[in-house]
Amino acid sequence: MKNTFIGTPMERREDLRFLRGRGEYVDDVAMPGLLYAVILRSSVAHGRLVSIDASAALNVPGVHSVITAADMPGGPPIVPMRLQPLPEFKPFEQPVIAHDKVRYVGEPIAVVLASSVAIGEDALDAIAIEIEDLPAVADWRTAAKNQSVLFEKAGTNRSLVFQARKGDADAAFAAAPYVRREQLRTGRHYGLTMEPRGVMAEWDDAKGKLTVYGAAKVPFFNRRILSAQIGLAVEQIDMIENDVGGGYGARGEFYPEDFLIPFAARHVQRPVKWIEDRRENLMAMNHAREEECDLEVACARDGTILAIRGEVHTDMGAYMRTNGAVGARNVSQFMAGPYRVPHVKIDSALWMTNKTPVGTYRGPGRFEACFFLERMIDMIAADLGIDRIEFRRKNLIKSSEQPYPIAHVQPTDARDEYDSGEYSETLDRALKEIDWPKLSKLQGKLIDGKYHGLGAVCFIEGGAAGPKESARIAVNTDGTMSVYMGTSSVGQGVETVFAQIAADALEVPIERIHQVYHGSTAYVSDGYGAYHSRSTVMGGSAVLDATNNFMATLRQAAGKRLGCAESNVTLDVDKVLGGGRSMPLKEFAGLTAEGAFLNKKHTYSYGAHVAHVTVDAKLGRIEIVDYVVVQDVGRAVNPLTLRGQVLGSLVQGLGGAVLEDLKYDENGQFLTGSLADYLLPTATDFPNLRCVVLDDYPSPINPLGAKGAGEGGIIAAGGCMANAVANALSSFGAEPRQLPLSPTYIWELVQAGQRRAAE
Amino acid sequence: MTTKFEVNGKQVSVEVEPRLTLADCLRHELRLTGTHIGCEHGVCGACTVLVDGEAVRSCLILAVQAEGSKVVTVEGLSNDSDLTPLQKCFRKHHALQCGFCTPGFITTAHALLTEEPDCDADRVREVLSGNICRCTGYISIVEAVLDARQFYKGQAAKK
Repeated sequence: MKNTFIGTPMERREDLRFLRGRGEYVDDVAMPGLLYAVILRSSVAHGRLVSIDASAALNVPGVHSVITAADMPGGPPIVPMRLQPLPEFKPFEQPVIAHDKVRYVGEPIAVVLASSVAIGEDALDAIAIEIEDLPAVADWRTAAKNQSVLFEKAGTNRSLVFQARKGDADAAFAAAPYVRREQLRTGRHYGLTMEPRGVMAEWDDAKGKLTVYGAAKVPFFNRRILSAQIGLAVEQIDMIENDVGGGYGARGEFYPEDFLIPFAARHVQRPVKWIEDRRENLMAMNHAREEECDLEVACARDGTILAIRGEVHTDMGAYMRTNGAVGARNVSQFMAGPYRVPHVKIDSALWMTNKTPVGTYRGPGRFEACFFLERMIDMIAADLGIDRIEFRRKNLIKSSEQPYPIAHVQPTDARDEYDSGEYSETLDRALKEIDWPKLSKLQGKLIDGKYHGLGAVCFIEGGAAGPKESARIAVNTDGTMSVYMGTSSVGQGVETVFAQIAADALEVPIERIHQVYHGSTAYVSDGYGAYHSRSTVMGGSAVLDATNNFMATLRQAAGKRLGCAESNVTLDVDKVLGGGRSMPLKEFAGLTAEGAFLNKKHTYSYGAHVAHVTVDAKLGRIEIVDYVVVQDVGRAVNPLTLRGQVLGSLVQGLGGAVLEDLKYDENGQFLTGSLADYLLPTATDFPNLRCVVLDDYPSPINPLGAKGAGEGGIIAAGGCMANAVANALSSFGAEPRQLPLSPTYIWELVQAGQRRAAE
Repeated sequence: MTTKFEVNGKQVSVEVEPRLTLADCLRHELRLTGTHIGCEHGVCGACTVLVDGEAVRSCLILAVQAEGSKVVTVEGLSNDSDLTPLQKCFRKHHALQCGFCTPGFITTAHALLTEEPDCDADRVREVLSGNICRCTGYISIVEAVLDARQFYKGQAAKK
């Protein structure tokens, strides 16, 4: 049989358990003899930790012990960086628990182990902490003064400056007939997962085995970190991935608690569970975004972009975390987006501040870069008297220019190129979907008390981070087959997608792929995880290799037993055929073969967002009348789940565009510690959203032709909404230069426009 | 103290601290882990269960307040043999990804459709706005609930 599961919308296997409440998330796992961990976190943004007295807490009935840095011989271990682990970042990495200083509100100081969470929380109040306050650094400009320094040994609050370079930007600017310069900034967001983080650890002293539940995203990498920190061989540690309630870049990175809980379990020789509450999650999980740029764009009078140049400043929070540098790196490399820009010079500075540390959040640096450049393109097109759509068409990279080299970034020496695509086709399709020519007449019009505006922007999305992914196929005792993966699930539907790919390659009904196992370190020899929109591309390509190796292994084994040439052996649903004979596949139970996909190149899916909004100038309220995303993904494996990725990430992006902002006061006190303060989109906010997924230009760098596509919805949402709002409020001369587009900010833009008009 | 109530059709008697929430009681005392805890301050709706037919945030009431009530969780709205029509609609429209908020949406939607099987899209959105989903963007959830109306209309007719 010849299958076409790839490309067919397939309902998900995962749903059968999730819909019945039968998922098993880490807090759903019970174990006898459990102690519950509760973490005392700093309420001070910056200070010297003078003393910790936990004696009264130990007297609270039900409290087993209190762990602090003093319990860790040799001092608390440091959490090393996973991505861009440059020596320059070393002084800024985070100890797993505070020992000499506290550097942000939320930093762990002590871990209480108790017979229940409630008793542990009671005991927190009984721990006496003395902290000598130091001046807080609550924004990058204060950090840049270096008057109060977070890391005395480093002597500076600037951990690094990434430099993105292409051509000779300074020369291009010197000769340019037109230059526009703007300062723009984005809010502070984070990849809030509906499931807060959780870790459960069990130490078996007799076997010398540590089992850690709650692993996610990159369990193999995290096992290596834990192994080094805790002094065990990697083989002594099993990381178990349970169902994971959302990832978005934030969940599954190695956090302080990923050491503290396994350490506690070994320290007290009891299983220990820690489940984060939402207040903790808001101040302990990686923050993201909060970037500000000072950007110049040089153009010819006909609208050809000649060069871009400028600085970006990222408010990194208190420590360089595992993937903390990605956003600041990406914003420099991808500032040019999907456009042909021959000369690029971007310096991207990373500033340490007394806030929760930064990590990645879906579309890291790309959301910001897209907002910065696309906002400026609308301003520039207006300056030059060129239609803003024509301006984009003129500068979008053409298929004939692919692969297209982009700026390289130092000091990581990251060189890269786009892989394939005719970028203007997605823009044209989006304009057609929304009927742009008809809507154009509404631009800036006041109808029934609301101003109408249109926005159209283009984006590029990177995916498929290497270097490798692994997969294994095995025959089960009942003659079905299972797939074992080195990638992880963060809820995106990989069990279904990998089953589709395996069933197509093996040419069997999809039901023959009994189960897809993923994430835990016991399944394959090596795995790389779920990030950078890599699972389908890297994992899927590894599945293809594994099916090839599996069939070779099966032919070898079956050829002997069927007495025929290996090349004559075929798999037919649940039977193995050859030489006119047949054997049930279950006779080969246990037969297994691993495969891998190695790749150092990246995929680049791309597309366009087009929006029609209305703005109530009095209330500052924005409504979306229609919004279309068109994205070319190279090859759509499961169009049903892909639509979910696009629309889901779009709403996250719209949250960042109009609602979400993590706020601090000037003392570094955290002001958004609940979901009543950090506003997330709900079902009433954005009802009118559509997407079109194309697969016209396959990626040439992997056998599937697929491109990572989990982030395209979020990347362009800020730029598109800001341009649509500017267009709506054009009669006020409003030019939004920051996100989120809160009611207050919209009102300020309108007020400023009215003042200008009155002068 | 001891509290007695009905869960998914079965009488239970649980020894609880007065301060234990119904959510924690269901999850950790009764091992009904389909009810999820996402915020513990009544905003996200992941812990929504039915108490005497009403959709209620189980993180905002104490277990002892459920005394004498009929509580239904996502497990009580499921069966082993097949997905229910509402669950099938969620699956068909891909109205869930990570699955963590899903039990709260199922219980909320069930309560809505039982009461108002003729509700329109605006009403569905209004009622679901008390539940947060971070994966789907809600479009597919609203589609699923609207699609499921037909099955609840049928049920109302049978009654």
